Amino acid sequence: MTAITVEQLRFGYTDKPIVDIEAFRLEQGQSVAAIGPSGCGKTSFLNLLAGLLRPDSGQIALLGQPLAALSDTELDRFRGGNLGIVLQQFRLLRGLSVIDNLRLAGKLSRRAIEPERYQHLLKRLDIAAVADHKPSELSQGQAQRAAIARALVHKPSIVMADEPTSALDDRNAQEVIELLNSAVTDAGAALLVVTHDQRIRGTLNADFDLGTAQ
Amino acid sequence: MSWLRLAIANLRLSPLTSAVNVLLMALGTASIVLLLLVGTQLSDTMSKNARGVDLVLGAQGSPVQLVLATVYHADAAPGNIALNDARQWMEDRRIDQAIPISLGDSYTGFRIVGTLPEFANLYDADLADGRWWSDSLEAVIGAAVADATGFGVGDTFESAHGLVEGGHQHADEDYRITGVLERTGTVADRLILTSLESIWAVHGSGHQDHEHEDEHDDDHEDHDEEHDDDHDREHAHADDREDHDEHDHGDDDEHASGDAAYDVNTLRYDEEVTAVLLTFRSPTAAVSLPRQINAGGSVLAASPVTEVTRLLGLIGVGLDGLRTFAWLLIISAGLSIFAALYGSLRSRRGDIAMLRCLGATRWEVLVALLLEGLLLTALGVALGFVAGHITVELLGAWLESARGVSFTGVIWLSAETWLLLSLLIVGIIAALVPALQAYRTDVAKTLAEAP
Repeated sequence: MTAITVEQLRFGYTDKPIVDIEAFRLEQGQSVAAIGPSGCGKTSFLNLLAGLLRPDSGQIALLGQPLAALSDTELDRFRGGNLGIVLQQFRLLRGLSVIDNLRLAGKLSRRAIEPERYQHLLKRLDIAAVADHKPSELSQGQAQRAAIARALVHKPSIVMADEPTSALDDRNAQEVIELLNSAVTDAGAALLVVTHDQRIRGTLNADFDLGTAQ
Repeated sequence: MSWLRLAIANLRLSPLTSAVNVLLMALGTASIVLLLLVGTQLSDTMSKNARGVDLVLGAQGSPVQLVLATVYHADAAPGNIALNDARQWMEDRRIDQAIPISLGDSYTGFRIVGTLPEFANLYDADLADGRWWSDSLEAVIGAAVADATGFGVGDTFESAHGLVEGGHQHADEDYRITGVLERTGTVADRLILTSLESIWAVHGSGHQDHEHEDEHDDDHEDHDEEHDDDHDREHAHADDREDHDEHDHGDDDEHASGDAAYDVNTLRYDEEVTAVLLTFRSPTAAVSLPRQINAGGSVLAASPVTEVTRLLGLIGVGLDGLRTFAWLLIISAGLSIFAALYGSLRSRRGDIAMLRCLGATRWEVLVALLLEGLLLTALGVALGFVAGHITVELLGAWLESARGVSFTGVIWLSAETWLLLSLLIVGIIAALVPALQAYRTDVAKTLAEAP
């Protein structure tokens, strides 16, 4: 099944669109790095695909579902159930422990999550030892792994990551991309990474140049 | 992971602010609960104690003092009156029951009331043990007196002059207890009842044996001189008295039975009493009778309902002021909760946006914020209710032993349910603006801007 289908997508805050994409497709089980320089509309592209922004024109369909056909509430629920999102700043909820951040994502997915799933992910991402720690007690790497675990907890069909490696050195950047790719591939999901980090080029199944696509 | 757990986790991010908000709300709530419980029980107790008494005849002076002294047994009586002065009104057709009482003595702080057994009917007090007095210096004690002294039927005690402990002892005049009253929850529980004859016997007629008597004794002697003039009035009302004899007292006679040492018709009208408690035959008597009696000038007529209403009105001014202050505290707590949530929302904009990323709907985010406000309020309100009830219970225990006034914190008034709902609404209103802001969060913009 096609995970993401985009046709003639236009979006902007002024007359000049910051996102202008004729076509984009991502198949289930595939991974793509959408690469472009700062200010080319990478984050807006991801927000449009996640349904956090409504396009000015064009079509976006996720898993065959046109987003335009969904109300705001339906869109929120669709996002919770089918997407996993990893943000550059991780955005772990500060009041909750690592495992509770995962549990919250499980709850908002509105899917039945087996308790073993949390432990499995924590072990898989090597953060089981800090499961009860608050985000403020985690290292940068641990927080990033916790954010990835949260995005995968409900076995989403599509995982989107916004600049997951921008603050990391080469070794850690490579490690995170491998981790994301393997975790997503294991789950049979599609992975879209939007980044300006040229180190990502060639590490996933395909690259999509946002600068030249517009 | 429930929304409640998330709300608790968010509140724990600012423990000091949350604690101050809870404390503020608790203080306001406890103050209102305390005023509500005390005010209501005070009013109920005063009404209960005055239930059977429509009018009090006593010595000239303060009507409030007369009512407090003779109905609530909470003050010194203004003085004595000649029973003969009250006789005309005791035998009036409009009067259903007239019960003379004579005060002045006590035992370890419990007042001794010389009266008729019918006095107990005013408080629905039945005998729990023993019998009514049939002779002089026999007494029936209230339940609280029995509890405090450990006395029972057959025990004897020596009375003291005055209403507080430490008065002159009436040596060689021991009372013997013949009965113990059931608990009534009224002032009767704290009284020692005896016959009028007992009081007169202990004091001698006119109290002349007590030079240290309070100032009212002077009034007594003045009255003695005036009595003769009033005796003529007695005859004018002879017919009325006959009518009165025929009154059916119904259940009242249950208590009096054949044991009564006195009947209203066999009273020694040449003696003095502290007051006469009157019950009207019909409510219409309240319109004209007090005015007629007071116009006569020999005795003062005071209506417990009127005086208590006046007294509660005076107390009410103070209570209203305190209540207003308590509501100001509540409003301050509400504003503080608003400020805390609003401030917290600004620093948690990223968290709110992330919640939406994870699939939370706008409504769920709104409810999550409302829950935080409600939780702070509910904690404060719960603490306030518990503190208010415990305070009233402790106050009640202290007043019971020190003043004989009974309050309890182990009750739930219907007004408290409304108070509870009102306070929770305050919490919801306080959280509404921050919650609406969270509802309107622009997720993409917030994720781009929020730290």
